[in-house]
Amino acid sequence: MIDKRVSGPTEALRDLGDGASILLGGFGLCGIPENCIDALVQKGVKNLTCISNNAGVDGFGIGKLLATRQVKKMISSYVGENEEFERQLLSGELEVELIPQGTLAFRCLAAGYGMPALYTAAGVGTEVAIGKETRNFDGRDYLLERAFDADYAIVKAWKGDHDGNLIFRRTSRNFNPLMAMAGKITIAEVEELVAPGMLDPDHIHTPGIFVHRIFQGKGYEKRIEKKTTRKR
Amino acid sequence: MLDKEGIAKRIAREVSDNSYVNLGIGIPTLVANYIPPDHHVVFQTENGLLGTGPFPWEGEEDPDLINAGKQTITFLPGASSFDSAMSFGMIHSGKVHMTILGAMEVSEHGDLANWKIPGKMVKGMGGAMDLVAASNKTLVAMQHVNKSGESKLLPECTLPITGRRCVQKIFTELAVLEIAPEGGFILLERAPSVSVDQIKNATKGRLIIKGEIPEMIF
Repeated sequence: MIDKRVSGPTEALRDLGDGASILLGGFGLCGIPENCIDALVQKGVKNLTCISNNAGVDGFGIGKLLATRQVKKMISSYVGENEEFERQLLSGELEVELIPQGTLAFRCLAAGYGMPALYTAAGVGTEVAIGKETRNFDGRDYLLERAFDADYAIVKAWKGDHDGNLIFRRTSRNFNPLMAMAGKITIAEVEELVAPGMLDPDHIHTPGIFVHRIFQGKGYEKRIEKKTTRKR
Repeated sequence: MLDKEGIAKRIAREVSDNSYVNLGIGIPTLVANYIPPDHHVVFQTENGLLGTGPFPWEGEEDPDLINAGKQTITFLPGASSFDSAMSFGMIHSGKVHMTILGAMEVSEHGDLANWKIPGKMVKGMGGAMDLVAASNKTLVAMQHVNKSGESKLLPECTLPITGRRCVQKIFTELAVLEIAPEGGFILLERAPSVSVDQIKNATKGRLIIKGEIPEMIF
């Protein structure tokens, strides 16, 4: 066993400096690394490039890093629900690259599998295709998309062990296992950190080899973006 | 003229038995409520679940269980959860048979625009560019005209497009239309008590009318 445990988010982010590029797991506010986001705000690192499907909401998730102007560039697929984001984008303070959600996933996947690039049909004939190589396979056009080359991946899992093996729950899995594989340094925060041997190898979603630092997070708010229910 | 529920109810008739379907935000989400009970249809939500169920009972919401619209949901027996790459793998490989989504504009060639209004609104494409690019069937649920009364069914899209030549059929409050291979909106059905002239007036793109146009059946 290789012990990946660190004391908490401060130690996990110890060498993350200004200008770092970071893959941040989560879809909407579901499965986001809440503890590390708070620690990034506290640390005050600037000029970050954040790669994440969404940009949080005002005052929560990545929205916290936008409020403090720590983000230079955001690479996302969907950024509604955040007024501060829209303001910074339209005023030109924030650089934004919008990419299809599948392309975001596949570019993580390529990085995680050691592939420099991949072809996808998403975005052919649209703004997304501008400046990209297009190639025809069997009568259909595809765009060449590069693997992400990010300094860090910060992910959130449900359970993890000392080796960094991770298990995700329900739809909070989303981009987390892909980003875990794609980071040069991968930091995992988990709701429950257990001793080696406590997780069944057959149930592991992310093998510990992809995780460099792991800690048990505290005080998860798990805010719901759109609470929708049936009346009894 | 149909309301949103009416449009959803009509689209539900297009969903075949034993199919996997992805529903977009808005009217498409309502389609799930009108699938005939004897039809076996599995709904995919691209954030990572096959087999989405109804919204949870009040007090039983799970923050770890949401749909692509970020709404709290439930799952049905036989459901499976997965990561985003696998999710878009099932979309791009054509395993998801049908996509039903909303639109700001559709052109007579089947181009779709629904992700950006330059200088005004930038929300992003989310999974829409993947869904429409994949080799599945793309149906659009939309209002025929915008709030100022201008047609959203156009000769060419004026907004940045989400996909080119990707739409097969369009369902609005007025009509059901199909994109002709050579271009144009083929009028298939009228909404109850809507005249062909009303549809003509609301359609800026080339409208193709062949013979008597039947009223919709639900």
